[in-house]
Amino acid sequence: MDNRYKQIIPAPNRVGTQTLVFNNRPSVASMAAIAGDLEGEGTFGDHYDMVLTDDLWGEETWEKAESKMFEEVVRKALAKDNLDEKWVECLIGGDLLNQIIAANFAARQLGLPFLGVYGACSTMAESLLVGSVLISGGFMSCVACAASSHFSTAERQYRSPLEMGTQRTPTAQRTVTGAGCTILVGPGSGSSKGIEITHGTVGKVVDLGITDANNMGAAMAPAATDSICAHLADTGRTVDDYDLIVTGDLGALGSELTRELCLKKGVDLKDKYLDCGDSIFTKEQDMKAGGSGCGCSAVVLNSYLLKEMMSSKYNRILFLATGALLSVDSTQQGESIPCVAHGVVFERRMG
Amino acid sequence: MNKKELDEKQSYNELVKQRMDKSPLLPDCVKAFITGGTICTIGEGLRKFGEHILKLSEDDVAAFTAIVLVFFGALLTGLGVYDKIYKFGGAGAAVPITGFSNSVVAPAMEWRREGLIMGTAARMFTIAGPVLVYGVGSSVIVGLLYLAFN
Repeated sequence: MDNRYKQIIPAPNRVGTQTLVFNNRPSVASMAAIAGDLEGEGTFGDHYDMVLTDDLWGEETWEKAESKMFEEVVRKALAKDNLDEKWVECLIGGDLLNQIIAANFAARQLGLPFLGVYGACSTMAESLLVGSVLISGGFMSCVACAASSHFSTAERQYRSPLEMGTQRTPTAQRTVTGAGCTILVGPGSGSSKGIEITHGTVGKVVDLGITDANNMGAAMAPAATDSICAHLADTGRTVDDYDLIVTGDLGALGSELTRELCLKKGVDLKDKYLDCGDSIFTKEQDMKAGGSGCGCSAVVLNSYLLKEMMSSKYNRILFLATGALLSVDSTQQGESIPCVAHGVVFERRMG
Repeated sequence: MNKKELDEKQSYNELVKQRMDKSPLLPDCVKAFITGGTICTIGEGLRKFGEHILKLSEDDVAAFTAIVLVFFGALLTGLGVYDKIYKFGGAGAAVPITGFSNSVVAPAMEWRREGLIMGTAARMFTIAGPVLVYGVGSSVIVGLLYLAFN
């Protein structure tokens, strides 16, 4: 028998089992974030490029409003750094809606080559990961990575009509209305931001049997833990090598559980851990466990986090967005919630 | 699934249960009582109004009360107030007939943009539908039993 495939030759740009090393480092050329009004009143309100006062944004439907956010955030990111739309060789992104229509429709308006990705709330990290591979591999020199979510579209798709009375459980999270976009360019393209992506970790789908769709933080925590530990093991780094480890939208309970699960695996996250969902709203806003959705990590990354990197508060962060890969049907059929967490490492170029 | 995985899942689910904030049962019950009580008191007031002022018959009074409550449930839903009452009162706002009205009007409004036929009309009963199916279904059974034994 032919046994040619008994051994796969290890790829040169991979370390460990799940982590990619970008030798040809993509750098951040520009970024933008658009958020809804409640998000604007939240913790990072001053950092967003635009805060919507009306979450329909003059459109007829919530879906159109979300798609407009997706489109505008890409345009804004390009305009901020005087990048020409024609330079973008690929738009990579997704959202939470069935068949990712917010991203698809925005891509139609933008008229750019488009790769739609779906990783539920991990979409921002997934699109950055794909974008980095395309640039690092020398296939493209300028890509736009984006993700969006909208409270009102997510609510009608996953939960109940807006005016329908509901009482949220303490573990429930609110879908963030917002969109974020990062423009990545190839090395040597003269980006002034000085922030590069050095590594990417592709997450495994992990499911520890949580079935409660109102407790996504708890469902996603094991996936986040798995990816954090895999990343550190693959790269041979420790938590001390990072200024911040960021997760997407685990919320109050999920981030507490992640700390605990990591500690069990011998990884102490100390004071270097931030969860976007847990911190996007203030305590006074009473959003129960916090924010969620693709937009949650996307707006925090593309406003607060990258700005703080530019001002050298952070030099190296591991950005992990977490996604709950459930659907309304799977929940009704009693299935548990499979989750995934993808990570990318942002590093400030020294000197 | 092997035993190790099963154990891991079980212990994780226990950990989550331990760490989870519980809904505050007693305050929630008190709020539900106040909300539900208020709605029912208003209902009773309407009854008395129908009985003594409008001089309606017993059957008409019941219908009158229900119609008025359903109307206000629908109106408050349309004005975006009922979900706030519900957020406070929980089951106290769900159980009275106004809650039923909310559960019909809310989806009807939500799916208006998908058109009057496939949106509003088709989706109107997504939440109230099961209540109607089992409510009407069980009353038919009770009716048949009543007929058989009477």
